[in-house]
Amino acid sequence: MVDFNELRKDFPMLNGKIMQKHPLVYFDNAATSLKPYQVINAEMDYYCNYCANEHRGDYDIAHRVDVEYENVRNKVAKFINCESREVVFTSGASMSLNMVAHGYALQNLTADDEILITDAEHASNVLPWFKVAETIHCKIGYIDLDREGRVTIENLKKALNPHVKIVALAQVTNVLGYSIDIKEFAKIIHQNGAIFVVDGAQSVPHMKVDVKDADIDFLAFSGHKMCGPTGIGVLYGKYDLLDKMDPLMTGGGMNTRFDTCGYIGYQYPPLKFEAGTQNIAGVIGLGAAIDYLEKIGMDNIEKREKELKEYAISKLSKLDNIIVYNATSESGIIAFNVKDVFAQDTATLLNSYGVAVRSGNHCAKILNEFLKTDATVRASLYFYNTFEEIDAFVEACKKGGDFLDAYFN
Amino acid sequence: MPISINEMMMREIIMDHYTHPRNRREGDASYKTIYMDSDSCIDKIYVQAKIENGILVDVCFHGVGCAISIASTSIMTELLKGKTISEAENIIKNYLAMIHEEPYDADVLDEAIVFMNTSKQAARIKCATIGFNGMEKLLKGDK
Repeated sequence: MVDFNELRKDFPMLNGKIMQKHPLVYFDNAATSLKPYQVINAEMDYYCNYCANEHRGDYDIAHRVDVEYENVRNKVAKFINCESREVVFTSGASMSLNMVAHGYALQNLTADDEILITDAEHASNVLPWFKVAETIHCKIGYIDLDREGRVTIENLKKALNPHVKIVALAQVTNVLGYSIDIKEFAKIIHQNGAIFVVDGAQSVPHMKVDVKDADIDFLAFSGHKMCGPTGIGVLYGKYDLLDKMDPLMTGGGMNTRFDTCGYIGYQYPPLKFEAGTQNIAGVIGLGAAIDYLEKIGMDNIEKREKELKEYAISKLSKLDNIIVYNATSESGIIAFNVKDVFAQDTATLLNSYGVAVRSGNHCAKILNEFLKTDATVRASLYFYNTFEEIDAFVEACKKGGDFLDAYFN
Repeated sequence: MPISINEMMMREIIMDHYTHPRNRREGDASYKTIYMDSDSCIDKIYVQAKIENGILVDVCFHGVGCAISIASTSIMTELLKGKTISEAENIIKNYLAMIHEEPYDADVLDEAIVFMNTSKQAARIKCATIGFNGMEKLLKGDK
């Protein structure tokens, strides 16, 4: 039995942080998560005790950097169940998806091919594919969402056709928080002869993701949404696909040798994709974040967030001034509005009660054509949030109509 | 604008301009137009002015935004209509000074002083200034 209240002591932001004269209630976890001391200290330890570059030095502390750096790669591999050589460090999910778009899609697709996405994807899983289509004139197809906003197997099957070579989907969508069964999706996508790219930015921090069991081809995620540092992320790719992929960046550390006549020998994956000095402190911090999450247990985290979400929905649904857009979604994301109040005004009122949420279209700009509202407020939960915080949030929501209080109290 | 304006009156003025924005319409091709949006907020507002012989003979706006952006832009249109470019620039300068908690001349701001508390919600400063910043740009381009 995990004591989640006890875990809060690990987070400096959850110990006495005041916003607008109220204790901070941090419900913007889908944007970024808070960081525990374990992660902060791991980064500081690198800077204080073994600061050197990786893959270069001939001295003891440089050797230690190599060991710790590769050790995190092994941790990531174990965390998502793949081989270490299939783990590429990136700056985050956006970069990971761009690498697949530019390094794989651009090289391997033609004008006759099609890439399938949906209206519910984050800009990071839309715009890189648009860029590919702009360059090679392939087609971008859309899997229809059902009435609730979900991506279903039936609609996937309807959208698939022999031209589809890539299907790129979020495992958990970032505005509505619906999740898909990636294993089931992978099976059908592979039967169609396409590869399956999974945007795991909103799923990997919150649930066990097993890439081998699900048999997905690429997985992108960010460290900062899972208690890790900003500026570090991962691209998982099946090794034979990484091998066929072109590096987006070239430079130091990714070649074996080259001469000025044009002969270049690249490293094998994953080093082929890690040109230049890497975000070493970020990698070390990511390792500490994975240790932290695994100690709690991903199943416990998922269960905790479900309980919090159900509690929040049950309380919000009793208020007649609140519209919730995704009551049945599986994740800790709550998309809502206060009736007749613009989302940004609601977010400002909540700020005045110390509650951090996000208003807007959350980068999923095209989704608004489907939701039929200019904007929504998103409250997103993580395991360290509490039932008491939800109570405070719900109380603030009750005052939604008095949003100008934010400026006058 | 009386100096004794109280909080309740300020709230009423903001809500009145939010729910019944003045000059919220689209001007024709004779108007100069500036489109204002932001990657960090969801306001999207077009600010328009018809300028003849150095005078803002009409000012209007359209678009979507929060209460603060709509109400402040609405008040701005009333405030600037009929003013010369240099009078308008002076009003904008004083309004922005008020928002950023610098010394300002309240006399030229009239109803716009209802936004004097915006700095309490620092994230909304961009909303309270979207129309004024747009107009400042527009006037600069007209010189």
